[in-house]
Amino acid sequence: MEMFLYIALFAPLVGSLFAGLFGASKKKLFVGIISSFFIFVSFVASSILLSYVLKTGSSIQVEMMTWMATGDLYIPFGFVVDQISVTMMMVVTLVSTIVHVYAIGYMDHDKGFNRFFSYLSAFVFSMMILVMSDNFAGLFIGWEGVGLCSWLLIGFWYHKESATWAANEAFIMNRIADLGMLIGIFLVYWNTGTLQYTEAFAAMPGLDTETLTWIGIFLFIGAMGKSAQFPLHTWLADAMEGPTPVSALIHAATMVTAGVYLVVRSNELYALIPHIGLFIASLGAFVAIFAATMALVNRDIKRVIAYSTLSQLGYMFAAAGLGAYWVALFHLMAHAFFKALLFLGAGNVMHAMHDELDPFKMGGLGKSMKTTMILMTLASVALAGIFPLAGFFSKDLILEVAFIDQHFIIYGVLLLTAGLTAFYSFRIIALIFHGEDRHTALGHHPHEAYKFMLWAMAPLLVLAIISGFLFKGGFFEMVTQLLPATEYHIDNAATYWTITIGTQIFVLLAIYFAYKKYMCKSIKIPDGTSAMENSFKYKLLINQYYIPHFYEEYLVKPYRALSTIFWEKVDNKIVDASVDGIAKIIYSSGEKTRGMQSGNLSTMLKWMVAGLVILLSLAVVFGLAARHSVEITTILSGLGV
Amino acid sequence: MMEIGLNHYLVLSTILFCIGLVGVMRRKNLLMLFFATEILLNSVNIAFAAISHFHGDLTGQMFAFFVIAIAASEVAVGLGLLIVWHKRHNNIDLDTMSTMKG
Repeated sequence: MEMFLYIALFAPLVGSLFAGLFGASKKKLFVGIISSFFIFVSFVASSILLSYVLKTGSSIQVEMMTWMATGDLYIPFGFVVDQISVTMMMVVTLVSTIVHVYAIGYMDHDKGFNRFFSYLSAFVFSMMILVMSDNFAGLFIGWEGVGLCSWLLIGFWYHKESATWAANEAFIMNRIADLGMLIGIFLVYWNTGTLQYTEAFAAMPGLDTETLTWIGIFLFIGAMGKSAQFPLHTWLADAMEGPTPVSALIHAATMVTAGVYLVVRSNELYALIPHIGLFIASLGAFVAIFAATMALVNRDIKRVIAYSTLSQLGYMFAAAGLGAYWVALFHLMAHAFFKALLFLGAGNVMHAMHDELDPFKMGGLGKSMKTTMILMTLASVALAGIFPLAGFFSKDLILEVAFIDQHFIIYGVLLLTAGLTAFYSFRIIALIFHGEDRHTALGHHPHEAYKFMLWAMAPLLVLAIISGFLFKGGFFEMVTQLLPATEYHIDNAATYWTITIGTQIFVLLAIYFAYKKYMCKSIKIPDGTSAMENSFKYKLLINQYYIPHFYEEYLVKPYRALSTIFWEKVDNKIVDASVDGIAKIIYSSGEKTRGMQSGNLSTMLKWMVAGLVILLSLAVVFGLAARHSVEITTILSGLGV
Repeated sequence: MMEIGLNHYLVLSTILFCIGLVGVMRRKNLLMLFFATEILLNSVNIAFAAISHFHGDLTGQMFAFFVIAIAASEVAVGLGLLIVWHKRHNNIDLDTMSTMKG
């Protein structure tokens, strides 16, 4: 089995290196095919591992090599395939196989085709390290690796100013959070003396609550950055500057869920500090509704889906914070399927519309893009949580968790968010695919994507439909061997049915309302004149609560001013000046003394004599001083030196 | 009548050394420069011989012989070069020799 572990881990690396060989050359189709193949190999190996874990119920642990061994510090490159990591591996490899195949079609006309596959496979490799590592140090390497690949891929079209800006924003935001994460890891090492998960978590019940709280907080700060939780959330929407397959893979299905994975992995820690758990859950619920409201008005289909991702991550954190780790992991898995599907559908739409992102400029695309419409509609149904699709089982379960644990505020917020989710999802569906044709006037002639791209999306569709009711039982049995096995059932049947059916009706109403509002013939391309666009609420939401503005005005600008001051005053006037000063002294002394080197033998002899005299007199002075050192010391001490 | 002792020799040697040094510094004629260096070397020889005699140790006098031998060879080489220089440039003025100007 160890062989399959290594295959699953390193096949993406091989694919990435192979594609990297052709990084600078022209588009070669086989590069895309071969790197997709390696990801598929990794997927197959992960499936074999999954079946092994399912069958035996045990985990596979390997220690590939020693990484650091100094004194008491011992960190190996160790990997573990257990119930949690195998879930993540399946999600990562499955979605990335599909995204790789899809990208062969999507990046068809791009000059950086080969480079793209190299980055994308490198991302998969980093993500595999992240989820498979059996210690915090390996996790951190993967964590940074996915950050790097995310930066490379957001800024993939580096000639676009906005793309490079977004890439840097994402990278810097993640650095801030990673500092927290590093501190957390240091605290773990400091207090438990090891970074191995099993040993560290085993040692944690012996620590005092305050230490554990700090560890929990700092690790969660790292998770907040990667999973774009408030207040480090702004990068995720801007990250949509990258190619759409990247948004589907990294910024929806896998990388952003790394934060949730970290919290789930550290469940033994968070179980000891329920107050931090409650904070995580509250923040998750807040982010859920906060992002959902921003998605309501946005006029960029990718950003709407990005906010929806943010909102769903909020759900996952709410579940994890309340101790329902397996529910969080389950929602993570289901969400990866339908959200990747949604993004890839959006990619089809973008291709058809020549990178137009404003749904108000589309309309009526359902006629020319029937398959994409069906795929995206079903993905949205799954996201909205309608029975019997995946979202119903995973998202409604989170609502139930909040209800059963009697956190009614969180429950209320999440319920409201469920309605908003349905509304904004179907708002863009209605705007894109239904209603009046608004794009022909703008000169667009939409066409359906390549057949194989649509076929590549099919597995995601199937999983988005069936993963809920088919996997829930088996998933629960598998992961609860590691995670707390809390079953969430509302005992009172009447309450249960009221809640479930009530939620369904609420969501259906939201969908109906979205269709009704955005399918009518009178929809125009907003031009900033309507009463709604001038209302305060709309302005607040479209400007993302003015948070990016706030960051720009009160963090970036002062920091820039401070940097300018430091550059001009400290760097130029002190650091540079002292270095330049030393050089100047040497230069000018050389300039002054070069007169000696006249080449005239007579002058040089004079200098030689002068040197001789100086050396002789020095010898005499030091000789005398050495001979009379005792007296000199006495005199000097008499003078008080 | 004063006995002539080591100090007298050393004073003589010092005076000769200073004369030699001044010669090295002031002379512009290459031939005179060689004379000046000879004076320098011989002032040292005097000191060697005197000190050697004073200590009753022959090493100093042996060293003086070495110096004489080396001075002779130096002058032989130097004079050869000097003659070549004189044939080329028709003078032996030091100020004209500044091809090594940095």
